[in-house]
Amino acid sequence: MTDIVRTEQPPAAVMPPAKRPARFGWLWNTRLLGVLFIGALLILWEIAAAYAIFPPMSFPRISSILSIWWQLVVSGELLGELLSSLWRMFAGYFIGVALGVGLGLLMGYVRFFYNLLEPITEVLRPIPSPAYLPIMILFLGIDDEMKIFMIAFATVFPVLLNTYSGVRSVDPIQLQTARTFGVSGRKLLTQIVLPASSPYIFTGMRVSLAVALIVMVISEMVAASNGIGYFILSAQRGFKIRDMFAGVLTLAMLGYILNRLFLLIENRVLAWHYGYTQQRS
Amino acid sequence: MSQSGRAVLRVSGLHKSFAAAGGTTVALNGVDLEIEAGSFVSIIGPSGCGKSTLLQIMAGLATPTSGEVYYEQSRVQDPPPDVVYVFQQYTRSLFPWKTVERNVAFGLENKGTMSRAEIASRTRELIGLVKLTGFERHYPWQLSGGMQQRVAIARALACRPAVLLMDEPFSAVDALTRAGLQELLRALWRELNLTVIFVTHDVDEGVYLSNRVVALSRAPATIAIDVLIELPEPRDQIATRALPAYLKHRAHLLAQLFADEGLKSVEVA
Ligand SMILES: Nc1ncnc2c1ncn2[C@@H]1O[C@H](COP(=O)(O)OP(=O)(O)OP(=O)(O)O)[C@@H](O)[C@H]1O
Ligand SMILES: [Mg+2]
Repeated sequence: MTDIVRTEQPPAAVMPPAKRPARFGWLWNTRLLGVLFIGALLILWEIAAAYAIFPPMSFPRISSILSIWWQLVVSGELLGELLSSLWRMFAGYFIGVALGVGLGLLMGYVRFFYNLLEPITEVLRPIPSPAYLPIMILFLGIDDEMKIFMIAFATVFPVLLNTYSGVRSVDPIQLQTARTFGVSGRKLLTQIVLPASSPYIFTGMRVSLAVALIVMVISEMVAASNGIGYFILSAQRGFKIRDMFAGVLTLAMLGYILNRLFLLIENRVLAWHYGYTQQRS
Repeated sequence: MSQSGRAVLRVSGLHKSFAAAGGTTVALNGVDLEIEAGSFVSIIGPSGCGKSTLLQIMAGLATPTSGEVYYEQSRVQDPPPDVVYVFQQYTRSLFPWKTVERNVAFGLENKGTMSRAEIASRTRELIGLVKLTGFERHYPWQLSGGMQQRVAIARALACRPAVLLMDEPFSAVDALTRAGLQELLRALWRELNLTVIFVTHDVDEGVYLSNRVVALSRAPATIAIDVLIELPEPRDQIATRALPAYLKHRAHLLAQLFADEGLKSVEVA
């Protein structure tokens, strides 16, 4: 069942197809429209910069940004920064996801752990991550450990909460079916509870991926000697404005690619789920 | 009901009440029942009388408010091995992330006593028996209601249980499929030496399939009728249903149900 893919079509009821009998009518109904819109904005940027509508010092032409970006790619500088960033991000992300899934399962499955951990979750969760950054620096210094810890800490909560809701929403009939076949205890957890709540877990993981990216950049801007966040901030401080924009551009692409990859994996792993829910609605 | 054989499941003094917002519902009000090994017992009764509740307690899936259940010699608290329950809500009981094949193999894989090859061949055999060959790689939600029900039945039968508890398993299929499933179940019951306890609200189905029918009264349920069905074997969908003995049982049980529902009682000769 690999042929089920979730397409990104807008719901038909919400967006009626635009009526345009003209020659380019088809364009209005595709995502290409949005891509062209981005292109148009970039051209506007180019023109605005060429006519120096904003101070040229802080608003370079998009073409010059792109050429700097390309130079940074070719020289390998950008890649180096990106690799140190990605290593931190994924180290923290995977620790956070593992902890979030583990704790979420425990809390959803064992009443004792829910009673023990729910209050502290609710106290820690609302704290915006930048707020505890200074504390982390105090205890862990400014090295990778601190950043990985920051990222892990921030990514735990979305995964934990979603896993917990997933576990609570498992159909009791599925659990009883497993019991009648002699499945109980830890086996019940891995065989039924985990797969049944995987759609929720994936939702949490997707939210956390975006959080991880944000916290990675923030922690690098505050305390680092490499990484894409550091690169952007130091470019700005050194008046290398085009480099700064190139860094931001890189982050936009990174975020886009990560999300795409995630959806690709999710569509494969949860193919059954999309088919199942479509069938029922 | 006095029977000669060995009792495989024994229920005594069963009471079950549910606390709900509107007060307590008493579902079972003193049920005693002995199920003889190898028998095919149907439990009938009006909707909401407590049939599912009784069956779930016998399966060890629910605990009674008072009274006890014995499987063989031991008290039932958890689902005993070799007792398998087939849910009324079959759509929700199949695992949507598993293919038909994996659903059917579920019980076998968790027994841990069979090799991979044995599991595969048993699974194939059962899928063939319920006529789902060719749908092994489908997911449950890609099948029709009747097909899903057959998957649930195959899954239960695959692990060769000693006792099969079935809660209205044929309620959602068309008459023809239903007749086919009834024949399949009776054939397997004879071949595999199963004990079947079969909940239905269809009197005809109960009489046709079973060698004993137990009718529950309206909630709070007690046993209203407990009757042995002695009809010639093998049974036949057309001939058996035309026998005077069949019709007599049917009328007797229907009269009980109708009386329960406050409908005009049918006169029985
Ligand atoms: N979990 C529950 N909480 C509260 N009341 C319940 C619960 N389960 C069953 N009941 C009540 O117990 C009674 C018996 O329910 P049960 O499901 O056993 O009926 P049934 O005979 O199987 O009916 P049907 O033929 O419609 O399936 C009903 O009145 C129902 O409202
Ligand atoms: Mg029922």
